[in-house]
Amino acid sequence: MMSSQLPALQVVLPLLGAPFCFLLWRYPRWSWALATLLSWSAFGVAIMLLIQVQNAGTIEYAFGGWQAPWGIEYVVDQLNVLVLLIVSGIAAVVFPYSWTSVQREIDPEQQSLFFTSMLLCLAGLLGITIAGDAFNLFVLLEISSLSTYTMISMGRDRRALTASFQYLIMGTIGATFIIIGVGILYMLTGTLNMQDLATRIPDLGTSRASQVAFGFLITGIGLKLAMFPLHLWLPNAYAYAPSAASAFIAATATKVAVYVMVRYVFSIFGVGFSFETMHIQWLFVPVSVFAILFTSIVALFQRDIKRMLAYSSVAQIGYMLLGIGLVNVTGLSAALLHLFNHALMKGALFLAMGAVCYRIGNTFIDSMHGLGKQMPWTMAAFVVGGLSIVGVPLTTGFVSKWVLIQGAIENGWWPVVAVILVASLIAMLYIWRVVEAAYMKPRPEGAESITEAPASLLIPLWLLAAANIYFGANAQFSMELAQSAAKTLFNSAVVGF
Amino acid sequence: MDSIFTDILAGALGRYNYWVVIVLMMAGFYVVIASTNLVKKIVGLNIFQTSVFIMYISIGKISGGTAPIVWANAELYSNPLPHVLILTAIVVGVATTALGLSLIMRIKHAYGSVEEDEILALSQAEDEDE
Repeated sequence: MMSSQLPALQVVLPLLGAPFCFLLWRYPRWSWALATLLSWSAFGVAIMLLIQVQNAGTIEYAFGGWQAPWGIEYVVDQLNVLVLLIVSGIAAVVFPYSWTSVQREIDPEQQSLFFTSMLLCLAGLLGITIAGDAFNLFVLLEISSLSTYTMISMGRDRRALTASFQYLIMGTIGATFIIIGVGILYMLTGTLNMQDLATRIPDLGTSRASQVAFGFLITGIGLKLAMFPLHLWLPNAYAYAPSAASAFIAATATKVAVYVMVRYVFSIFGVGFSFETMHIQWLFVPVSVFAILFTSIVALFQRDIKRMLAYSSVAQIGYMLLGIGLVNVTGLSAALLHLFNHALMKGALFLAMGAVCYRIGNTFIDSMHGLGKQMPWTMAAFVVGGLSIVGVPLTTGFVSKWVLIQGAIENGWWPVVAVILVASLIAMLYIWRVVEAAYMKPRPEGAESITEAPASLLIPLWLLAAANIYFGANAQFSMELAQSAAKTLFNSAVVGF
Repeated sequence: MDSIFTDILAGALGRYNYWVVIVLMMAGFYVVIASTNLVKKIVGLNIFQTSVFIMYISIGKISGGTAPIVWANAELYSNPLPHVLILTAIVVGVATTALGLSLIMRIKHAYGSVEEDEILALSQAEDEDE
């Protein structure tokens, strides 16, 4: 009985938990405990959904018993169960971490609000992923975005406020573009259900209106996923947000937006329309190649390591879009695999920076001199995450880059292969800067002595760092999921969904 | 000749609500991008969103249709779904505006200004100090 309600519980648990979390505003510890418990239960639900999908195939859940296409439907298939798993998994690690980290960064009276926003953001992100209804997706997108703006504005620096405001403006423009696109599609087809849209869009042929809808949707989603050059909101937002929020958003929000892009491009509009009529690959490939090279170089010159990681995120999103733009099963598998893997590596790196911030109060490279000796576990986890970004064998980053390069070779695009390799070298340089500062430079004279971060920060950090090695050495699980999802998406071009 | 002219006129004016949508959308978008005052940016964002509301409301209207309330004399009903959808979007818009305005209040407290160029100058000074 309960197991048939799992798709609803996935979103409803954190969504209904959020007001209770807020009511506990006098007792931040309790509201944190509730949020953590709910994040774990969301992870549990995602695991059960994964098992169900692997045993019985796609799950369709009609809300309130109203059958699709009239009612709102939640759909769990091989593509989004991967995203549900990674989003709730990251939440299950970051939520426990957040308590200790938040003590240093947020005033006690605001802490419950912070946990409430995190929970709402989790509900929104899971909802975007699971929704089978185009309008429902928009509403949940705004739930997650509004709570993200709130979280960012709680950063200690006053620049967090302007970063949040800038993100609010750009994010709202993006979301409005998405509803314009959805509205035009509704005008053309009379439906909002994604499967229904997928079966009706081919009948429209190459109508001008559906092309306009496609343009609005791609631009809107592009703003949300920080597609170069629409990424301007991202570096400040990640740099000035509280550490726990940076880790959570960096590891999940843009990945969910990439999922939405894949859903629209492949499932709803279909391979034929997106790639043969609209030639969207000729947007994605140049934009992502430029993003990979340009933002990697910009990352080299950042003094704040959180901001450096933010620029690196834009480059990594470039890899995902490049995978989509290759228009072959291997490329799409690489994009999905990188979605999963990048969440693990950026999660670990931002959590490591959170631990550094907890001890020294900032994340500037020159304050990290000699930190390798004083915070050995934190910096070792950073190195693991860093190696993964570079793409060293036995880390997750290697697996997804390897598949991506295979996809590029399949198309015979050798210059693209070269770009990926050059960008990996640049990534090595910017990770090396931190390693050099932490391990080779002596601690400045007179600087106060620093001890290792507390276990409540180290355990979540090392869980993610270990996941980077585990899924790098043993990529079968994530690889199979990504590949079968990619195959289904390409075949769906023929049979509808 | 006459018929072509009326066709063009009908095409241009018959869908005048969509022209209103386009004009409002572009005006709002321009204000968001061009104005340096943060409050004006939020106003522009509101106008931009309002254009989408009108678009959705226009979609639901069916010529000759009455309000979608069961009524014995009704022959044709308008489509209520887009209206319901846009109610949700209006709520989202209100939430965004509220959050935007409260952020502006905090920015005013922290920087003493709501002009983007002045805030940018202060932020850059801070960047250089670090």
